[in-house]
Amino acid sequence: MQTPLSTSDAITVRDLRKTYRIREGGSWRGKTRDIVALDGISFSVPKGQIAGFIGPNGAGKSTAIKILSGILRPSSGEVQVNGLVPWTNRVAHVARIGVVFGQRTQLWWDLSVGEGLALLRDIYGVEPERFARNRARLADALDLGGIMDQSVRQLSLGQRMRAEIAASLIHDPDILILDEPTIGLDAPSKLAVRAFVHELCQDRGTTVLLTTHDMHDIEALAERVIVIGHGRILADSPFEDLRTTTLSERILELDFHDTPPELTLPAGASETAREPHSITITFDPRQIPAPALVAHVGHLPGLDDLRISRPSIDEIITRFYADHAA
Amino acid sequence: MPDMPHSPSRTLGPVGLYRRMAGASIVAQLRYPGTFIIQAIGNFVTTLLSFFGIWSLFHRFGSIAGWDIGTVAVLYGLVNVAFAVAETLGRGFEVFGGEYVRTGSFDRLLLRPRSTLLLLLGHELRLRPIGRFLQGLFVLVAGLWLAPHVQWSALLVLPWAVAGGAAMFLGVLIGQAALCFITVEGLEVVNVLTYGGVEAGQYPLTMFGRWLRRFITFVLPLAAVCYYPALFCLRHPDPLGLPIWIGALSPSAGFAFLGVMVFAWQRAVAGYVSSGS
Repeated sequence: MQTPLSTSDAITVRDLRKTYRIREGGSWRGKTRDIVALDGISFSVPKGQIAGFIGPNGAGKSTAIKILSGILRPSSGEVQVNGLVPWTNRVAHVARIGVVFGQRTQLWWDLSVGEGLALLRDIYGVEPERFARNRARLADALDLGGIMDQSVRQLSLGQRMRAEIAASLIHDPDILILDEPTIGLDAPSKLAVRAFVHELCQDRGTTVLLTTHDMHDIEALAERVIVIGHGRILADSPFEDLRTTTLSERILELDFHDTPPELTLPAGASETAREPHSITITFDPRQIPAPALVAHVGHLPGLDDLRISRPSIDEIITRFYADHAA
Repeated sequence: MPDMPHSPSRTLGPVGLYRRMAGASIVAQLRYPGTFIIQAIGNFVTTLLSFFGIWSLFHRFGSIAGWDIGTVAVLYGLVNVAFAVAETLGRGFEVFGGEYVRTGSFDRLLLRPRSTLLLLLGHELRLRPIGRFLQGLFVLVAGLWLAPHVQWSALLVLPWAVAGGAAMFLGVLIGQAALCFITVEGLEVVNVLTYGGVEAGQYPLTMFGRWLRRFITFVLPLAAVCYYPALFCLRHPDPLGLPIWIGALSPSAGFAFLGVMVFAWQRAVAGYVSSGS
């Protein structure tokens, strides 16, 4: 006997499976082949949390997002979003979520941003006062004042993405699903989008599910990352835990004003590169703490400078995918 | 206010929302008025040219197989006016394969808390078919003027026939859109029903062979929305022997056809949601 799905969570997923039936060769009577996109995934997201949902291409992310959005019916498993089963009542479900697909617009190319928002007001049935309030708040927070009267066709990618986010929030959804919200954006626009999402979560308690290939989005926003690969959940933890378990190593770079000397290094540290005027050492801080290693190399003749760094988030995630053959 | 109900039921109903979406699409189309005017005139001229083909035939031979130019002009006008109305309303279905399925925008549509049929009807209220509409109306009026035995009180059936015809052609467009879920390519075949239907509707039923006659009576109810209502207005007995009053009722077949296509559409969307292809 299974316990009922919790209602204090904004999103609950239990043993979700989806198999696509593909017709080989595209012919009408050809053989069919089953492709397992989701192979039993379970997780839940409490109200007000920002959860990163990542994985390599083809891992099953889009399938999961589509099911949570109510536009795809799973093969089996249980899902509740806001206490509703997404695919059994599409209209009631989608009225309470906001979705931004980075690559597809939900506004109208030939209408201005303002006209598009007004049309969404009527599609979602937002009361006029609430609409006016939300529109003013979003225009302010996303800096839309100057582009309200411009047609969507004329917007830059950064402007359009800000307009898209406003469009997805005009009806006060409790849950916001962001699919690649920063793709193609320049650095200031990325920062603006991240700051806005962070504030949305803090001030309004909106639950956010964030899918992205930009690991800096994850680092900046997500309290937690759910990593999916081959249709299964490979990890579900705060990002720092992923760093510790995957690629805890540090890098020590030494610069010399002459040819570097030969080194004898303590256990846990090894030389990984040697240049005419520098050496790179990789070490595991659990075996040899950074201060001890620095003390060990500090007296070397001709040493000019030294730097300690951590692997980038991209390197960590690449290693994680490689470790899991994802 | 997370517990506030977000039900759209208290607000704008389907008709109100359709009016809003249609209005917005008209604003968008009139943003480039020059383009619109040229397209509408082009639409008027090309459809008028096709009528000159028919007219010159009758001008040369007087009447063909017992049908006079007036009757044929009425048929021509009816089918073109009906098709123009369907083109005006059904643009979203006409472009569904290319603009929604191929690009994945249909998912976007499913994310809106409204019926997909309503959202696609609201895709665009297309102004350009006004050319075909006016030209068809013009030929229809000319035909009534030329035809020998018009029963003027029976003309009330004409708007009803146009409605039935528009419903039928809209049904074809919806059916075409439903097929897009199976194949985006190869839908040109359906143009046999739209443009082919317009062509076939311009001629009296008896000019066709038995197979085609049955097809445009029982499968695509073209005869029910054009031929029989025209006979009714013109007091022209049916050479195939059906009573004349049939033309007053038969346009309802266009709505029945539309109903079947709407049902097919709902099934196709349900299939899409469960297969995700």
